[in-house]
Amino acid sequence: MQLTNRSKVVTQPEMTWVEKLYLPAIFSGLQITIKHLFRKKATLKYPEVKKEFASVYRGMHVLKRDEQGRENCTACGLCAVSCPAEAITMDAAERKKGEEHLYREEKYAAKYEINMLRCIYCGLCEEACPKDAIYLTDRIVPSEYTRGEFVFGKDMLVEKIDDRVDVSKRKKEYSI
Amino acid sequence: MSIILFKAILVVLLFLISLGIAAYSTYAERKVAAFLQDRIGPDRAGPFGLLQPIADGVKMFLKEEIIPTMSDKFLFILGPSVFMVTTLMVSAVIPWGMPLEFGGETYALQVADINIGILYVLGVVSLGVYGIMIGGWASNNKYALLGAIRASSQMISYELAMGMSVVAILLMTNGSLSINNIVEAQGTGKLYGFINVSGMNWNVFYQPVAFLIFLICAFAEANRTPFDLPESESELIGGFHTEYSSMKLGLYLFGEYINMFISSAIIACLFFGGYNFPGIDYLGTILPHNMVSIISVLVMFGKIFFFIFLFMWVRWTIPRFRYDQLMRLGWQILMPIAIVNVLLTAAAITLFGN
Repeated sequence: MQLTNRSKVVTQPEMTWVEKLYLPAIFSGLQITIKHLFRKKATLKYPEVKKEFASVYRGMHVLKRDEQGRENCTACGLCAVSCPAEAITMDAAERKKGEEHLYREEKYAAKYEINMLRCIYCGLCEEACPKDAIYLTDRIVPSEYTRGEFVFGKDMLVEKIDDRVDVSKRKKEYSI
Repeated sequence: MSIILFKAILVVLLFLISLGIAAYSTYAERKVAAFLQDRIGPDRAGPFGLLQPIADGVKMFLKEEIIPTMSDKFLFILGPSVFMVTTLMVSAVIPWGMPLEFGGETYALQVADINIGILYVLGVVSLGVYGIMIGGWASNNKYALLGAIRASSQMISYELAMGMSVVAILLMTNGSLSINNIVEAQGTGKLYGFINVSGMNWNVFYQPVAFLIFLICAFAEANRTPFDLPESESELIGGFHTEYSSMKLGLYLFGEYINMFISSAIIACLFFGGYNFPGIDYLGTILPHNMVSIISVLVMFGKIFFFIFLFMWVRWTIPRFRYDQLMRLGWQILMPIAIVNVLLTAAAITLFGN
């Protein structure tokens, strides 16, 4: 029964005398390789030249601070809820008097952990965050020796005050 | 300057040049491979990676020397030595350029112009099998033995076709076996009897089939792809040098590249006019004799480098043969073609003269 017209009859025709010589085939092969001799080389000299990541690249997370160096995260838990891999856990705490320069709002994350082995780098936490607090960056997750070390706490995730992470390319402006 | 001193200098020079070219062939091989695959290749050691062979050599020397306990120690050491010595010996009969002249005396740029030159080459090259065979046997390793057996049967099979293709050349030089005579014959006379370009009367224009057979056999003799079954990494780990380490392995790898260099030199001598180049007579009238000699040496090396490049170019183009295909090609195709070629050449010479 014929279902479509696309079927092709497979044949294995007898090779002609010229084909049996194999020399023409070898010469055309040599031609192909010699063309590659003059092609542009694909190599990047890695440590000196680095390939730029695409702007949509999703690498290691960062917990942002605002312009005055206060943590944005309010431990609302939306990122943890949205996470399909259930990689994010956190403990919330109330901001004490005298900590206004550390946390932007009255509630903050006392503990914030992402299990980098569970994380699938989908970026849904970034989508869910209402406070501009979590972003995926173009940094690569460092390698560790044990599984436990891959649970990154705030020490690994929160950006340093004197070493800010630029996420301007990933910031999206929504308008309703 | 006595002739003996000159020859001694020539021998030392040849030795150093062979080793130098072998060392830089490893570099060139990696570079060519890289370029043909759109990569850059080694470029970290020195400018363009030119110091890479030195780094490789130092690495080879500093590696741990392992001699397997169950191996035959004497033969194990003898193997690479024999291989290296035989490969280096061939360069003695190759004329590298036109003779130099100092104070009315001529100094041939050839260590020994023996009248059985090409026979000597074939003989010494086939001695090289012993290096591989002894090494593979002494390793007491199945893979090494398989590689050695493959190497020896392959080299013996292809030597026949090689010798037959050379016979056709010998017929054209009135049966002279001296490589010097063969090269000189290609520098005189007119191409096809009427094209009058001096130094262009190359054998390849008369014997393209013999050239092709010789080239294929040279690939097989040098154990290069597509005939690298003796050391096929994917099947036999390393073939005959599986058990070798450090500089003994280095000698085998080096020997292969010297083999390649010598094969290229012989191909250039037999088929591409050796040191002859178009317009060699004209240059002789306007430049001093020694100048032309030096240019002829450079031309010779240019031809050699081209063939070394061809070896590499083919290596990175064609995959490896299956072993039965290899034997079939050698015995059932190349041999008959070579014999028919000899008969046709002989008939043509008898009928039309030279």
